[in-house]
Amino acid sequence: MLATRAAQALPNALAFKTVLFKLTNWNPALVFLSLLFSIPLAVVFGSLFFPEYEVWAHLRATVLTDYIGNSLALLLGVGFFSLLLGVIPAWMVTMYRFPLSYQLEWALLLPMSMPAYIIAYSYTGALDVAGPLQTMLRDFTGWQYRDYWFPEVRSLGGAIAMLSLVLYPYIYLLARAAFIEQSVCVLEVSRTLGCNAIDSFRRVALPLARPAIMVGLSLVVMETLADYGTVQYFGVSTFTTGIFRTWFGLGNSLAAAQLSALLLVFVAVFLYLEKRSRKQARYHHTSSTYSSLMQQRLTRGQGFIALVICAVPLVFGFIIPVSLLINWAIDTYADVLGKDFYLLLFHSLLLAFITSALALAIALFMAYSNRNNQSLLNRIMVRFVSMGYAIPGTVIAVGVLIPFAWFDNSIDTLLMENLNISSGLLISGTLFTLVFAYLVRFLAVSINTVEAALGKIKPVMDEVAKTTGMRAVIIVKRIHIPMMRGSLLTALLLVFVDVLKELPATLILRPFNFNTLAVRTYELANEELLAEAAVPALAIVIAGIIPVIIISNSISRSRPGHE
Amino acid sequence: MNNAIEIKNISLSIEGRPILEDVSFGVNEAGIACLLGPSGCGKTTLLRCIAGFERPHKGEVWIKGIRVSNPVHHLPVEQRHIGMVFQDYALFPHMSVKDNIVFGLKNLNAKRVMQRLDELVALLSLEKHINKYPHSLSGGQQQRAALARAMAPRPSVLLLDEPFASLDIELREQIARELRQILKHDGITTIMVSHNQLEAFAMADVIGVMNEGELLQWDTAFDLYHEPKTAVVADFVGEGVFISGEVINDKEVKTEIGVIQSTVAHETGVGTKVRVLLRPDDILHDDDSSMTARVTDKAFRGAEFLYTLELESGLRVLSLVPSHHDHPMNEPIGIRLEIDHLVIFPER
Repeated sequence: MLATRAAQALPNALAFKTVLFKLTNWNPALVFLSLLFSIPLAVVFGSLFFPEYEVWAHLRATVLTDYIGNSLALLLGVGFFSLLLGVIPAWMVTMYRFPLSYQLEWALLLPMSMPAYIIAYSYTGALDVAGPLQTMLRDFTGWQYRDYWFPEVRSLGGAIAMLSLVLYPYIYLLARAAFIEQSVCVLEVSRTLGCNAIDSFRRVALPLARPAIMVGLSLVVMETLADYGTVQYFGVSTFTTGIFRTWFGLGNSLAAAQLSALLLVFVAVFLYLEKRSRKQARYHHTSSTYSSLMQQRLTRGQGFIALVICAVPLVFGFIIPVSLLINWAIDTYADVLGKDFYLLLFHSLLLAFITSALALAIALFMAYSNRNNQSLLNRIMVRFVSMGYAIPGTVIAVGVLIPFAWFDNSIDTLLMENLNISSGLLISGTLFTLVFAYLVRFLAVSINTVEAALGKIKPVMDEVAKTTGMRAVIIVKRIHIPMMRGSLLTALLLVFVDVLKELPATLILRPFNFNTLAVRTYELANEELLAEAAVPALAIVIAGIIPVIIISNSISRSRPGHE
Repeated sequence: MNNAIEIKNISLSIEGRPILEDVSFGVNEAGIACLLGPSGCGKTTLLRCIAGFERPHKGEVWIKGIRVSNPVHHLPVEQRHIGMVFQDYALFPHMSVKDNIVFGLKNLNAKRVMQRLDELVALLSLEKHINKYPHSLSGGQQQRAALARAMAPRPSVLLLDEPFASLDIELREQIARELRQILKHDGITTIMVSHNQLEAFAMADVIGVMNEGELLQWDTAFDLYHEPKTAVVADFVGEGVFISGEVINDKEVKTEIGVIQSTVAHETGVGTKVRVLLRPDDILHDDDSSMTARVTDKAFRGAEFLYTLELESGLRVLSLVPSHHDHPMNEPIGIRLEIDHLVIFPER
């Protein structure tokens, strides 16, 4: 009896030991780094333990309903329109052939290169009372301002339109990947069971692509909640503008942090809903073979309609705003291009380079630490750091500034008390702070890219190399680096461009007198100098096209059933 | 026209390359036919022409007395009332087995839907699995679910594309026999595609051997094996070797291993140079025989050995021998010919 009990207990004891090993066999450097990068999150949530009753009473009485209401309206509106703009063209370019359909496949990604605040500036310039369209209208009809109704760009509806136009590519990208990945057999089966093309889409293709579309939608939601430039410019009060106002208007950093925590709860709730909606059915593909997609050729009339439908997001999300920017840039470049502009460019590139190189180094370190180590703690830590991408830049700025300022003040006080010297501000207001905030936000990008690349190098490849007598250094040099080179470059570029585009964190954390392209664009636009803002804005858009090219290349290479 | 399916002179080429050339055949009501051939022979394309996924450039397809396809008119897939089971079954991964099965039952009321579901679930022994999702089913269960889904709307014809290719080899023949019983029970006209002759033998009433877009022979399994009409069919169906010879009279051919006699007369002219097909079951092991051959290869098949034997002339033949006759390699063993029906083709 006792023996059997012992025998039964043995596997349990072993399992316990494995768990213990998984928990204890962790890498101290990795855990330290991860904890370092989670400081902002800890600060933001920690702020909830120090309630600011007065400020909250004030907020609740005045603007809090606006923040919540507008943020929700923005979410619903942008979510709805980006689904529409993303899913329908994705289906059309995947399943049908019509004029320009091949070009549209990649061109539909282009609006991704446009930060929302820049598209907002260009449409405002074009559609405002003093803009060319309304001026033309007045000249043509002889009306005066106030004689006629014209849609107001600077409104909640305008913000929804702007954000949808530049964020739909996330959904397009993932929906298209999902449609391509679907085994054609599944669609053909539905045809044999009596479904026409629309039935097949509705009953089979769309439900199958739903998880991917939801991932795209959650990216859109995160970006919408993180937006500061557009809503600020349009005067729409949301969480992000509220955080700014609470900090710099009311001068209360703690309440700003608490507001940030509330915003994060928003993000978390949505991410949870998304996860839960997928839990019911697992969407494994039951097919292992793929027959190549047979794109159906549309008739001339159908093809024209398809072309128009698919061109709408591209024309309004890229072609029109870029043309406007180019137009203004031609007028103003002679004045703008000068020593000041090159300094801006240098600052932006420097920041982007430092951040992306550091992010790559850290990502490599984390990915390799996790490669041969099954430690649960390591894994949890890396996943935790990857959450930074879901945190709006404004929130990160708040979460970075509070502890850094505390650190500086503490040192200063300490030195003053003991040695009577003032250290001033050591790290707040330095590039270090800014780069740290960028890393918190963008590390996820490089970690995911590097992990995916390293995941493709199967351990058995190392083992094969070892049997031929290669040492570890040689294995990395001759096998890992050649296999990962492309992905490492991708990781570097993606972070690089994200940093160039980032606005709110840069705005809050930049050192005094230190300006970047994004901040300068924002400043000029807010001074109503839209034409002057065009040159730095265009520089950002051009940089933004780089990741679009990378992404569209990697898709066309990975497509099953296509050369 | 009594056939449930009638294929008339179908030709199809893709990008200038001929895939199907003048193919014609018919399948009886409730018959089970199999298109057999090596990969790339056009058999799957032919199946897809019947389904309506491909448009033949010449010829006609008739299903239950209705012309569904000619070079001008083409009835869309969804209006042909066919059922199709794909090679990998292509079950909808986002639906339970039950939802998969009732997917095509659109114009029935709920009671009739349940009735049909119960029938199929019982027929295909899926009782335990109807609430599961496809990924949790085994290959055989997935196949039955896909079959139930295709059979549910009582299609005019059931098309099976390599239905056994995704199953374990040991299970294939057994499942093929079970499948045959189910289809016969339901009385459904079926056309399947396979590259495996054993599956075709186990399933089909009639088999069409295809090669390079042409239908070479449309016959029963027995006749394909014993009376192949062309050398290609003889080569593809069953095992065997060809040896050269010369016709002596209507029952005898002279070859390098002696005069081969058959009990049934043939019609090839005397003196014609021919090739004679020798099946492994035509060559018997006989210790008393004066003719011997050396064992150069042997494959154990359980009840039998398939020996590759080299004659003194260097010619190699195959022989099936009961497996208690276990001879080592290179040992000469006695053999004797026993042939009912000479299969001979003119020398090329």
